[in-house]
Amino acid sequence: MSTAGSVVRRASGGLGTWLRPVIRNRAGLIGLIGLVAFILLSFVGPLVVPLSTQTDLSKVYSPPSLQHPLGTDFQGRDIWAQVVHGGKEVLIIAFISGLISTAIAVALGSLSAVLGGLFDSFTMWVTDIWLTIPHFPVLAVIAAFVKLSDVWALAFILSLLAWPTLARAVRAQVLSLRQRDYVEAARALDLGTRHIVFSEILPNMMSYVAISLVFSMTSAIYAQVALVFLGLVPFATNNWGVMLSLAWTRGTIFYRGSLLNIMSPVLAIALFQLSLVWLTRSLEEVFNPRLRASA
Amino acid sequence: MATAARACAVPAGVLRSAWRLVRRVVSSFVVRRLAKALITILVVITATFFIIRLMPSNPIQVYIQEQISLYSMSYEDALAQASAMFAMRLDQPLFSQYLDYMRNLLHGDLGMSYRSVGTPVAQQIAKFLPWTLFSVGLSLLVSFALGMGLGMLTAYRRETLLDHVLSTLGSVLSSVPNYLVAMVLLVLLGVQWKVLPLAQMRGSHTAGIKPGFNLRFITDILFHAAMPIATYVLTTVGSWMLTMKSSTIATLEEDYVTVARARGLPDSRIMTAYVGRNASLPLFAQLAISVGFVVGGSMLIEAIFVYQGVGKLLIDSINQRDYPVMQAVFLIITVSVILANLLADVLYSRLDPRVRVTGGSEQ
Repeated sequence: MSTAGSVVRRASGGLGTWLRPVIRNRAGLIGLIGLVAFILLSFVGPLVVPLSTQTDLSKVYSPPSLQHPLGTDFQGRDIWAQVVHGGKEVLIIAFISGLISTAIAVALGSLSAVLGGLFDSFTMWVTDIWLTIPHFPVLAVIAAFVKLSDVWALAFILSLLAWPTLARAVRAQVLSLRQRDYVEAARALDLGTRHIVFSEILPNMMSYVAISLVFSMTSAIYAQVALVFLGLVPFATNNWGVMLSLAWTRGTIFYRGSLLNIMSPVLAIALFQLSLVWLTRSLEEVFNPRLRASA
Repeated sequence: MATAARACAVPAGVLRSAWRLVRRVVSSFVVRRLAKALITILVVITATFFIIRLMPSNPIQVYIQEQISLYSMSYEDALAQASAMFAMRLDQPLFSQYLDYMRNLLHGDLGMSYRSVGTPVAQQIAKFLPWTLFSVGLSLLVSFALGMGLGMLTAYRRETLLDHVLSTLGSVLSSVPNYLVAMVLLVLLGVQWKVLPLAQMRGSHTAGIKPGFNLRFITDILFHAAMPIATYVLTTVGSWMLTMKSSTIATLEEDYVTVARARGLPDSRIMTAYVGRNASLPLFAQLAISVGFVVGGSMLIEAIFVYQGVGKLLIDSINQRDYPVMQAVFLIITVSVILANLLADVLYSRLDPRVRVTGGSEQ
């Protein structure tokens, strides 16, 4: 009875300590609200707002109205509906590629720290080289050879961008955590490698890992939209990058009445990126107990 | 025993000092950094060569097939033509092709353009590269200096309205992708408000203008590079500023600053020689990564403003599947970023002696 009560108390206390820093950090809170709003917009929105792909020449570039809150594009299609339907793919690809690159980074970084020796030198050498090569040209050249129309293929290629920085950080972190007293204590108590890795070392790296996940998502969005915009990724569906690309290639931007047509995807992408970057501000406090206590 | 040792003493001593010299050269930071850059370049060249040839849609095979089907050439003729095009003897085994390729690269022979028939790739690069170096280099300089100044300003005026406005603006601008900023500039300044004659600003310079060190030429190239430079500066100045701000705040707490104050040194001297000098170190460390990002981004920015630099050349060659140009431009871009990195690292080691002592190697 008493143990159950304490578990509940601890759990709710845990939730409280998690939420408090998020709410206290203003930029972080704005970021969180933005992220939630974009997730709702992109995953629930399409159920409410129908997407019409029919060309309606009588409505080309109509100004905002009740029927079309953001007006219509060069084919008379509703821009708001395109914004609502255009986020899902961008978000999914960013998230998958963020997850993959974080997984690669954590695995390689901690393996190199634990194994040391030749493996370590080789991994660090590869990250060193990868960090000095400009990433976007590499991506663009790869896109010229490989058809990246598949969501998974694109996410995987994008994930190759962001892992080296985090891998280095994870390695340094594991090396320093290994020397800490509580890890030594766990080892002396013979708690097993799995316990040491998952209960003693990993929780202490969570802030790093979470923040890097978000940053690799932002770089995935940057590259993904850029590839689509330059026409290097064939697209079948509607997404923000496609909207940009169409507004650009059809010369829409040079028509004065079409400001919303180009600004809608621009703002959607920019605000989503901004939400992610600002969210990292509070992630740091959520996962770092020391900051949490002192703040 | 003893005499024998004495007899050997002189050559052994010479040998030892020679060995010490070799060791000092090898362990010198600059030499090791140089070796690393060379190895990186070698790896990039090798990877580019083999990946392109091992890709499922090998451009050379595609080209040969195209020649055969379009111009009903014999396979040998098509192969010979492709050899000239890609500047390598394709009838040789892969490895000797690779050696050939390396030799040609060293001689500056980058092959011929596939689409602009008869144009050597090296010639095209010589035409486009200076403009990218000019616009990217100048904007890095401006952004770096501006960010440093604003960072110190916000650190000294911490928690004032100025600090809040500048810091928020910096964080917003550095989070938004640079090509979106470029588009917004273009749409607002060029199309909506019509403040700038964007059509005239296209290209890297006005056609027919004579290059030279005179005011007319310099204003002309600045006029054409203005939009790309504005975009690079706007999107990078924020992160320089924020780094400088936090670094300055940390430096202000240092003991040597307190001591300098206690000694009654003038504030301006403390700000430049004590705070500024030390606080700017992280910025120099960040310079290397920033170069790569800006050059990579130049592909998009140059395409948006139709600026004739290597970024646009790369995009165009990818879109036209002009493989020799694509491969060469990719190499040139990568090599210049690696060299810029090298330069930034050496510069950093000059500024921060600690790097030289520990060799700059992370633990």
